Amino acid sequence: MPGRLEPDPLPRRDFLGLAGWWAAGVAIIGSVLGMARLPKPRVLPEASARFRAGKLDEFTPGVVKTDHEHNVRLVATEDGIAAMSLVCTHLGCIVGESSEGFLCPCHGSRFDQDGNVIGGPAPRSLPWLALSQAADGSLVVDKGKEVPQGEFFVA
Amino acid sequence: MASSGLGMFFQNLKELPRNFRGSLIRHGAPTSDRTRSQAVFGNFFLHIHATRTHPHSLRLTTTWGLGVSLISQFIILVVTGILLMVYYKPSVDLAYDSIKDIQYIVPTGRFIRNIHRWAAHLMVAFIILHMARVFYTAAYKGPRAFNWVAGMVLFVLTLMFSFTGYLLPWDQLAFWAITIGANIAASPNELAHALGLPQSLYIGNIQKELLLGASTVGQEALVRFYLFHVMLLPAVFLPILGVHMWRIRKDGGMARPEGNPTPAGKGVGTMEARAIAPEEAGAKTYGLMAVVQGKSAHTGKDIDETVPSWPYLLRAELLVFMATMLLCVALGLLVDAPLAELANPAVPENPAKAPWYFLGLQEMVAYSALVGGIIVPSIVVIGLGLIPYLDREKEPAGVWFSGRRGRRVLTSSVIFATIAAVTSVAVPVKFGWLRNWFPDISQLIIIVFNPGSLLTAAYALWSVFIIQKTRSTRLGAIALFTCFLVGFVILTYVGTYLRGPNWAFFWSKADWPVH
Repeated sequence: MPGRLEPDPLPRRDFLGLAGWWAAGVAIIGSVLGMARLPKPRVLPEASARFRAGKLDEFTPGVVKTDHEHNVRLVATEDGIAAMSLVCTHLGCIVGESSEGFLCPCHGSRFDQDGNVIGGPAPRSLPWLALSQAADGSLVVDKGKEVPQGEFFVA
Repeated sequence: MASSGLGMFFQNLKELPRNFRGSLIRHGAPTSDRTRSQAVFGNFFLHIHATRTHPHSLRLTTTWGLGVSLISQFIILVVTGILLMVYYKPSVDLAYDSIKDIQYIVPTGRFIRNIHRWAAHLMVAFIILHMARVFYTAAYKGPRAFNWVAGMVLFVLTLMFSFTGYLLPWDQLAFWAITIGANIAASPNELAHALGLPQSLYIGNIQKELLLGASTVGQEALVRFYLFHVMLLPAVFLPILGVHMWRIRKDGGMARPEGNPTPAGKGVGTMEARAIAPEEAGAKTYGLMAVVQGKSAHTGKDIDETVPSWPYLLRAELLVFMATMLLCVALGLLVDAPLAELANPAVPENPAKAPWYFLGLQEMVAYSALVGGIIVPSIVVIGLGLIPYLDREKEPAGVWFSGRRGRRVLTSSVIFATIAAVTSVAVPVKFGWLRNWFPDISQLIIIVFNPGSLLTAAYALWSVFIIQKTRSTRLGAIALFTCFLVGFVILTYVGTYLRGPNWAFFWSKADWPVH
């Protein structure tokens, strides 16, 4: 009695036919997947996310410096130095300074002085970036590394 | 004379032109209806047409020539596009200057670029009109259901063509449009971040990297978009366009109201397949219909009311093509295609506006990138694409708005859709939105409840309400499609004329703050 436990034996001709179909299918799917691998780069062709923002001793309390090349704003206070990204967390436009903090020209996101969202579509606050000191005494900003808001760098 | 071998050769040489023509075209000169029908039937380029056409399909008010006009625009775009490729250089250092060369130095360059740009804009506008014509005459029903889906795919591909096209000049518009587009592709991150998922589940980053070939906009991105615009999209678009046109015939030609069929001619309408002898085959014009079996849209249709496609249909198509050419050339002479300043990664334009057809989307994106940029457009495209499968009522095709009840639903839907769209813009402008009222609100709540998602939900509920009230899915479909059109027009208008610097609301451009 054929059933799930004792199925009908598959005729050899059918088996070879099915095997052929499956082999062709696997080969085509495999090569498509292999080709899909190509467009995703292994090495990203871009400059390092770390850059020197100037000599550390330039940043005396009260100094505010906007680096337009890297779209980062550096603020020096009594507590230390902080760097904040000026790239809008909504869709990547560059925010401009306004009376209440920062405004995005593309879709109208609004941020306060510390980068908190106070209006518009931005899903999160402007990130504060990690700072460090290079051997030659310059201040290094790492755009790829975020620090919690309110964490100041003290040399 | 032909007795010698050489004589035979010269004889063949003399007859070469005639024999070559005979091998190329098998029928006689197109002087009678029969030879013309044979020409349409036997010619690779003409056989996309039926040999005979119903006069209803030729009336201007049946189609307004919109489909043929779209094909014409596409042909114009291919030709002018190839011409522009002669000088365009897809490199971040050279692209902008090569467009300037095309604009100021290349003979006829500015004119060709203008025509290319105008044909592209017209194509987006005409697709929407074409879609509205097909929709309101119920021509998406029955055998034409799949062709409506193919049309939706062509619509999306056309928008992709437009988007990848205006990136190529590498001016300010291009640079910030790629930046915004790539970040919209990355916007699922918004959800991942709100849910606190680990970094490895940020699929948005993978999509962005595939699009840009990097994590920031640069040379890799330009090459990829150029590849999309001139190679990948045409390679996908053309076969689907072929299917779209082929299906018009296979689905039974233009939708038209049922007339009074005259008695079928002798032998026509016989369902029985029969072998056609080779010597007989040449004499057949529409005898092939006899081998069509099953529920094909053609079986049982009467041919006696039709007219030969050559000359009537071909003449109408040529007329539409020439009118389209005239329109593109006239617009190209009158209005130059814009070229903004060279791309500047430090300062976006303020306001940074996309071309008009994306401003409705930009309006929605200004509430939430994920909802406005991905979720709502997907819902709209899938929702409209599925209409033929959700509304399967038998309907006299080819009647505008399906009669008086349809016109009533149309009017009430226009009123509802207008009120809803204006409210969705006015409330956030006047009172702000959730984040202004509850500063610590979770991003998840804003993703779900924002003016864009609520407007979409209101439109969907309205059409469900119409289905419930009228007990007709066709009237519900009219309500949904009308809401889509009205919403598109109103949001596009707001994005174009009522938004100023920092995407703030202004009644007029004169009120924009002066810097």
